Amino acid sequence: MTAPANPTYRLLIALVLAIVMMVLDQRTPWAAPVRHVLGYLTAPIHYLAHLPVDSGEWLSEQTQTRGSLMDENRRLQRQALILEQKVQRLAVLEAENVRLRELLNSSADLDANVLVAEIIGVDPDPNRQELVINKGRGDKVLRGQAVLDAQGLIGQVVDAGPLSSRVLLVTDASHAMSVQVNRNGVRAILAGTGQSDGLKLLYVPDTADINEGDLLVSTGLGQRYPRGYPVATVTAVRHQSGAPFAEIAARPTARVDRASHVLLVQSTDKPLIPVPDPEAANDS
Amino acid sequence: MIHDRPAGTGVIVVTLLIAALLEVVPLPESVNWVRPEWMLLVLVYWVLELPSRIGVLWGFFVGLYHDVLVGTTLGQWGLAYALGAFVMLAAYKRMRVFTSLQQCAVVFLLVGTVSLLAFLVQESVGRTLYPPYTILYASLTSAVLWRPVCALLRWVQLRFLVR
Repeated sequence: MTAPANPTYRLLIALVLAIVMMVLDQRTPWAAPVRHVLGYLTAPIHYLAHLPVDSGEWLSEQTQTRGSLMDENRRLQRQALILEQKVQRLAVLEAENVRLRELLNSSADLDANVLVAEIIGVDPDPNRQELVINKGRGDKVLRGQAVLDAQGLIGQVVDAGPLSSRVLLVTDASHAMSVQVNRNGVRAILAGTGQSDGLKLLYVPDTADINEGDLLVSTGLGQRYPRGYPVATVTAVRHQSGAPFAEIAARPTARVDRASHVLLVQSTDKPLIPVPDPEAANDS
Repeated sequence: MIHDRPAGTGVIVVTLLIAALLEVVPLPESVNWVRPEWMLLVLVYWVLELPSRIGVLWGFFVGLYHDVLVGTTLGQWGLAYALGAFVMLAAYKRMRVFTSLQQCAVVFLLVGTVSLLAFLVQESVGRTLYPPYTILYASLTSAVLWRPVCALLRWVQLRFLVR
């Protein structure tokens, strides 16, 4: 076996390449092609890692008895009936809401487009709270799209690969979003703690009207998340004399660590404040 | 002496991909702390066995793949793996005469150093939560698993005539 050629040059090349790539990846969008190309090779690994779960589900589906399937069917039909009844009222309310908003001259909230995806991977690094889903750019997933499950917001797409995407969860320590209390509209910043069931409200004055059990919904400020989706419920409010802010803990309403399917919501690119139309202004 | 023609690059790639699979296979949260650095172990094995073929650039590209796989900053693991491969290239002759225990100690230090480098980059982009000593758990399991991985890859190497 021959000794390798002097590896020092190669190390230098690798170091320079790596550092350039890190800077490009952090500061510019130019590293995206590299990620995209490698995404074709990494996605199959995620799919493969998910295969045992998938085939287990398939097996249990195949081996279920007729009775249990009929039970489930009946339960789902009941549930569908209840949901349909709720939707009936929703249509009227929505129409009314649009009319009122038109009166107020503000933009209407339209139904967002929804895409269903399956979770195929969880980030193995305990430092980060991320998921991998089985829809990528081929399915028109975009960076920054909001991700929710049946109970509430889960997070946002941070990297849309060709065949799979990565989702940053609201519980990640580097994540924060604008929320408001559903009861009274008090706004605050909801930040992740890095634990899968822990969130906290930042910079809330001691006198703010936030109680245990309050539902926190997204405000749509920041233009990242659609408005009005439930995010968390407040679990504890601690007032400490001497501390400038109240300590408020919350738990995500979405089952962040147990969900198997998620919904991707197409963010409607509507500005929150209606932009005046110059032509209309000229006409009047 | 006739030099052997290089063969079995595909086998090397497949072993690395299997290691990649082991890196992302879903496990309970507590087990994630001690999940060994499979890809690094496999890479180190091939560097030690085929230092004339598998070196720094292989390390870099395997690391880059690892970056995209786990969604870290591009180049974070690329840098770390390239350095790890470089260190192993410098030490491969000594590693061959080391006893198993000494080898495990070297692997422990190597995995720890490489993970620490990656940790520093991750820290600088603000994506770390736990203190750096937590990487010691994974280094320890990597060192413990070094000999079994070695034996398995040795069998693969002989079975598929990688040289």
